[in-house]
Amino acid sequence: MNITRKLEILADAAKYDASCASSGAARKDSRGSTGVGSTGGSGICHSYTPDGRCVSLLKVLMTNACLYDCHYCINRRSSNVIRARFTPDEVVQLTLDFYKRNYIEGLFLSSGIIRSADHTMELVIEVARKLREEHHFRGYIHLKTIPEASQALIAKAGRYADRISINVEMPTQQGLNTLAPEKNLARTEEAMGHIREKIDERYAEKRKPEAPKPPPFATGQSTQMLVGADASTDAVILGCANKLYTAHRLKRVYYSAFSPIPEPSVILPLKAPPLIREHRLYQADWLLRFYDFKVEEIASAAAPNLDLALDPKLAWALRNRETFPVDVNKAPREMLLRIPGLGVRNVERIVSARRYTRLRLADLIRLRLQMKKLLPFIITADHHPAKLGLDSDSLRARFLPPPEQLELNFDAPPAPVASDFLSVRSGEL
Amino acid sequence: MRTIVVKPEYEAWRAAARHLLAQRVMPDEVLWSDDPQEASLFVGEDLLAKQPASEAIKVPSAFMDMAKSAAAHTDSKRWALLYRVLWRLTLGGERYLLSMATDRDVRQMQDWCKAVGRDIHKMHAFVRFRLVGVDAVTGREQFVAWFEPDHRIVRLAVPFFEKRFAGMDWSILTPYECAHWDGKRLHFTEGVACSSAPDEDALDDLWRTYYRNIFNPARVKISAMQSEMPKKYWKNLPEAPLIAGLIAESAERVQGMLAKEERPAKPAPKNAYLESLHRMNQDEAP
Repeated sequence: MNITRKLEILADAAKYDASCASSGAARKDSRGSTGVGSTGGSGICHSYTPDGRCVSLLKVLMTNACLYDCHYCINRRSSNVIRARFTPDEVVQLTLDFYKRNYIEGLFLSSGIIRSADHTMELVIEVARKLREEHHFRGYIHLKTIPEASQALIAKAGRYADRISINVEMPTQQGLNTLAPEKNLARTEEAMGHIREKIDERYAEKRKPEAPKPPPFATGQSTQMLVGADASTDAVILGCANKLYTAHRLKRVYYSAFSPIPEPSVILPLKAPPLIREHRLYQADWLLRFYDFKVEEIASAAAPNLDLALDPKLAWALRNRETFPVDVNKAPREMLLRIPGLGVRNVERIVSARRYTRLRLADLIRLRLQMKKLLPFIITADHHPAKLGLDSDSLRARFLPPPEQLELNFDAPPAPVASDFLSVRSGEL
Repeated sequence: MRTIVVKPEYEAWRAAARHLLAQRVMPDEVLWSDDPQEASLFVGEDLLAKQPASEAIKVPSAFMDMAKSAAAHTDSKRWALLYRVLWRLTLGGERYLLSMATDRDVRQMQDWCKAVGRDIHKMHAFVRFRLVGVDAVTGREQFVAWFEPDHRIVRLAVPFFEKRFAGMDWSILTPYECAHWDGKRLHFTEGVACSSAPDEDALDDLWRTYYRNIFNPARVKISAMQSEMPKKYWKNLPEAPLIAGLIAESAERVQGMLAKEERPAKPAPKNAYLESLHRMNQDEAP
C-alpha cells in the first residue's frame, strides 16, 4: 500500500476526534538547532475544512486496526473498513514534510489498539521519540494515551508530548457498557489522576529557585465526550466535564456530536449529528470555566437539558430575572459576567473604564456590544429599563429565532449564534 | 498649521512625533501625510538627533506597543490619530486614557491593532512554503513562499518564522517587502510580483489527500469555515480548489452512510490482552 492510500485511510479514521488545539504548550523553538518547530502562545489554524473545523495538526492514526468494539467508531473490530498501518518513519516523514511547508503546526497521533495497550503505546511513543531526538523537532505533539498502558509508558509519552489525552467518550459507565464494552470510566479517571500528578510535579519543580530545569513533560491533558450516542442528559455530560476540570484539572473537554460513519453498527443506528446541542454544550462549558457558573445553574435535575433555542447564559438570565437589571456602573465583576451579551473581555473593559467615567449607552455602543440583547438587563447613566415584569413566555419569545431555524437536518444551516436571535425581537424596550 | 510628511513606518512617525511633542505642538496644528508622491519632503531622520535631551516626556509603554502595531495599518488617518492619543496621554493630562476602551480615539486605535494582529495571524497560518532546492554548500533545504498581506506587517510577522523554521532557508515574498532567512540572519528586500514565487510543491498533492480525508461530510458548516478562512486567501492555498467539490458531494456521501446496512457486532478474537480487559471489567462491575 502506498503512502497516499495509507494517508487516506488513516486520516479518515482519525477525523472523529474533535480536538485539534495546539495552544498552551511550553515555549520552545528551533533557533540554534538544525531542526524546525516552535510552540507556545496561542495555536494557529493552518486551514479550515468545509465542516468549519480548524486544521492545525496532522491528525492520523498509527493504524486503524483495533481489538476494541466501540460501536460509534468507524475503526471498531466489527467494522468492514479497509485497514492500514503506518511505519513510525512514515509518520515522522509526513510530519516533517508537512511542517516545513507550513501546512500544520504539529502532530496529533492516536492509534487503534493492537496486541495490547503497552504495545500500541510503544508504537505511538516511538514516532514522538524519533521526531524529538533524531530530527530535533520542536513543534507541537499531542499523543493519545491508553488508560491501561503502563505508567512508565504514559510517563514516557508525556516527556515527548506537549499534550496527552484519554477520551472518556461517555459520561457514564452504563453508556460505555453498551457502546464501548472494553472501556472503563474508573480506569480512565485513574490514569488522568496519574497524569495530573506528573504535570503538577513538573510545575512544582519549575518553581523551585536554582533547581536544574526539570525534564519536559506535557503541559496539559484533554478529553472528548460523544454527544447523542447514548441517552445521557446535558446535566450528566456537564457534571462529568466539571468533575474532570476540577479533579484532574483538564485543559479542555471536547464535545463531539455523534455523526454518521460509513460503517454503522446495528447497536447504534445512525442519525443526524446534534450540532446545535453540541454548540450549546460548548457555550455551557465556557460558562463553567470562565464565568463562574455552577452546573446546577445551567442544567439542573429538574431541567436536565439545555434550551436549544437560547444560549445558556440568556436562558439562565430569563430564569433568574429578579436579578436584573444590573447597573454596569456599580455591579461587581462577577455580576457583570452574568449579563447576557457581555463577554469576559468586555467586562474587563467596562470595569476599567468606569473608574474614570459614568458609562452611558453610547459608551457601550462604542464597545460594539449586542445592544438589543443587553438593554433589558442593564442600567446605565442614561438608561433604566422597566423591571422585567413581563410574563415568562413573552420575554422569552423576544429572543427566539424563527421556528424554521430550529429544524435539525443534514441540510441545516450552521447552528444559529446569539446575534441571529436578535433580529426577530420586536417592540421597544 | 504645518504638514509633516513621514515614511510609512512606525520609527519615522515616532521621530516626528517626539519632535512635535517636545515643541508642545497641538494635534490640530499638524497635518500628517505618508504619500510616497511627496517622498522628497520626508522628515529627515536627523530629527531624532535634534531631540532636546531635557524634555523627557514619559509615555506608557503600552501605548508604544499599540502604536507600533497600529502604524502597520494602511489607514492614512493613523498618523494624526496616533499623535492625538500621544498628546492626550502626555500634555493633555489623560494618563489613564488607554483604560478607556469607550473613548473614540482609543477604540479606533484598538481596531487598527486588531486588524493588524489578525493579518499577522493569518500570515502565520496561510503562508505555504515551496521547496525550491538544497544549498550545495550547507546542505540546507531552501523554501520560498508568496503571501499578500492587507497591511504592512512583514517585519512584525517574520520573527515567528525565524523561530519556527530556523533549520531551513526560506524567503517570504510579498508585493511590498520580502523577508529572507539563511540560518544566521534575517534580511529584507523590496516587494516583488507574484510570478517570482513558485506556485506548487511536490507535497501539495499529499496535503490535499489529507485535507480531503480529514473533512467530515456529515457536519458541513460553510460559514464557519469562511469566517476564519475568507475567500481572499484561497488563491494561494493549495487545498482551496477542493472546497467546492467536497461541499457538493457531502449530502450524497451522508445519504450513502444512512443507506448502508448496519453491521452486527463481531465476537472478540482470541487475544490475551482483550481477555484480561474483559476480566477486569467484570471484576469492577458493581
